[in-house]
Amino acid sequence: MSGNPIEVAVRVQGLSKNFGTVQAVRNVNFSVSPGDIFGLVGPDGAGKTTIMRMLAGVLSPDAGSIAVDGVDVSANPEQAKLRLSYMPQRFGLYEDLTVAENIFFYGELFSVPRTERIARSKELLEAAGLQAFRRRLAGQLSGGMKQKLGLICALIHTPQVLLLDEPTTGVDPVSRRDFWAILYDLRERGVAIVLSTAYMDEAERCTRLALLHTGEIRLCDTPARIKEAMPGTLLAISSAHPRFLREIIAGKPGVLGTLLMGDRIHVRVDDPARRIPELQILLADQGVGIADIVRAEPGIEDVFVALLGQGNKS
Amino acid sequence: MNIRRVFAMAFKETLQVWRDPRSLAIALLMPVMQMVMLGYGVSLDIKHVPLCVYDQENSQESRAIVERFTAPGWFSISQTLVSEADLRNAMDRGECSMAIVIPVDFSRTLATTGSAPIQAIFDATDVNTTNIALGYAQGTVAQANAQTSAQWKAAHGVHPSPVGQVDVEPSTWFNETLDSRNFIIPGVVAVILALVGAQLTSLTISREWERGTMEQLISTPVTALEVMLGKLMPYFLIGLLDAAFCLVSAVYWFDVPFRGSLGTLFVTTVLFLIVVLGIGYLISVRIRSQLGASQIALLVTMLPTTLLSGYTFPIEQMPAPIQAITLIVYPRYYVTILRAIFLKGSSLPDLWAPLLGLFIFALIIIWLATRAFHKRLD
Ligand SMILES: Nc1ncnc2c1ncn2[C@@H]1O[C@H](COP(=O)(O)OP(=O)(O)OP(=O)(O)O)[C@@H](O)[C@H]1O
Ligand SMILES: [Mg+2]
Repeated sequence: MSGNPIEVAVRVQGLSKNFGTVQAVRNVNFSVSPGDIFGLVGPDGAGKTTIMRMLAGVLSPDAGSIAVDGVDVSANPEQAKLRLSYMPQRFGLYEDLTVAENIFFYGELFSVPRTERIARSKELLEAAGLQAFRRRLAGQLSGGMKQKLGLICALIHTPQVLLLDEPTTGVDPVSRRDFWAILYDLRERGVAIVLSTAYMDEAERCTRLALLHTGEIRLCDTPARIKEAMPGTLLAISSAHPRFLREIIAGKPGVLGTLLMGDRIHVRVDDPARRIPELQILLADQGVGIADIVRAEPGIEDVFVALLGQGNKS
Repeated sequence: MNIRRVFAMAFKETLQVWRDPRSLAIALLMPVMQMVMLGYGVSLDIKHVPLCVYDQENSQESRAIVERFTAPGWFSISQTLVSEADLRNAMDRGECSMAIVIPVDFSRTLATTGSAPIQAIFDATDVNTTNIALGYAQGTVAQANAQTSAQWKAAHGVHPSPVGQVDVEPSTWFNETLDSRNFIIPGVVAVILALVGAQLTSLTISREWERGTMEQLISTPVTALEVMLGKLMPYFLIGLLDAAFCLVSAVYWFDVPFRGSLGTLFVTTVLFLIVVLGIGYLISVRIRSQLGASQIALLVTMLPTTLLSGYTFPIEQMPAPIQAITLIVYPRYYVTILRAIFLKGSSLPDLWAPLLGLFIFALIIIWLATRAFHKRLD
């Protein structure tokens, strides 16, 4: 493992990919340092998987370059692949092989020495809580267990770069916690992790984030600075009828955006000192009664919606 | 090339075949079924071919000739004819597949010259039956000739001239019992290996695409060559196993003589397996669904092997343009080789011509296969 902490593990420059007329990825630039957890966040079809595939060297870019640990992925794919592990969005292991057989197979493909493989697989199986399932066919595992097995197979050799495409989608909270515990541990050891996610709480756990939309990176920074970059101030209003509330408020003067958050709505306003009283009067007029309007800390989702100018569905 | 990765691929592939009922059935059940079906069901030995006899002389000698035809049970007399017109009618109505015409001066000619012609007429609508009936007829006449010739020599001290009326086809001379099974079974081995080999390997790459395991596999450092070698290794062993099964059942079950050496059989079988496994693999690389790939594999192996390899229809009897086409029908070389090894006991030097054909095919397939697979999604 490289000892130099300022060294760049992944460098992506001017990356583009088209599928016919669809510009799936447009001029994407970023770099990931060892110990970073770099999150790619974006709606369906934003281009997350396409970027991941190009990083993994399984899809050739139309333009741009990717270097993994200083090795150019296009020029030297096998050298680059020795340094990285990739977990595709769709489960990519052999369902007709057992847990242990899958681990063995991927260990052999990366030429992991036998003793090391045994030690690592024991350690990883324990961390993932899968020791009891070693002899079970991968196809008979639950969704969460499959994802953890995918991670184990990706980590059976010691990658400098770990690529995870929506690794925790459809995974229960307990398994997600196990999963993230392993990721934090890898981070400590200086592995560079690139993951895509649709979960905003997960996005907040990343050390750096790229907000992706229609193939372009709109914003790329730490979660904290991304939140600071949100225009306006965020207010939260609790209500038994959040949808109704949202309809009333949306589009009123000074209201930059609204977002449903369960039994609350988030309202982004230009000037809170002036708008809070205005909103209270408005709601009272509409017969909603006095609502509790407080300032709220923005989440990644709020920033996302603010930048992309669209509310969440539902 | 990293040999560990090749073995890892082979190990994984073996487990998958072992756990896939469909592959297992193709590998183990199909050879047995084909052997039984092709060796037994489609046995081309014919019995009781309807025979019309137009005996113009009706002498003791002429009746003896007719007796020779009917005695072994290959032919049975459906009609005794009395005129040329009868003969034509009987043929037209399909009442006989073969007719023999014995001339009115048969026994006189025989007695004075030691040899006399008889005419055999075949209804060639069913080429297959005709071929076999022709073989039987030739065998029958050859026996008669031998006997007559011996008697003549005993009486006159010299062989009659010309000796024999029958030109025995080179394609049947080594099959001296005139048992078509001996002729067919070696060809069946080629059919089975082509079918099983190409079927199994046609599934191998398409299975990875279909099940979504390809993306992760190609993200590892394993090279395209390692994937190919590792994947083909288990099928190669299965192919050899199936070949051994075919050999054992041909010799011990169907009583086909095996006069050649196992070494010759092994070398040529390896060459043939390289070709068929390679063809299946090439299909598998192109077609990303298992069903599609296996159907195309069936088409490209079954059609040429059964129709144009000479395994049922002798190539020498095909029209010239078709004969030319069979030069690119790879199984023909192996069918020729197998027949020669089984029935003639040929060794490698004897077989240089078909071996060369097979070898060129193997080289082409290897050249294509090593370039076919790319570790890319697009
Ligand atoms: N193989 C392909 N052929 C054609 N178009 C494609 C292909 N792969 C992706 N696309 C298109 O490229 C765009 C980006 O797709 P991509 O799969 O990268 O998005 P994503 O961010 O991973 O989405 P999701 O959250 O649904 O996984 C989409 O418009 C998609 O339809
Ligand atoms: Mg995706």
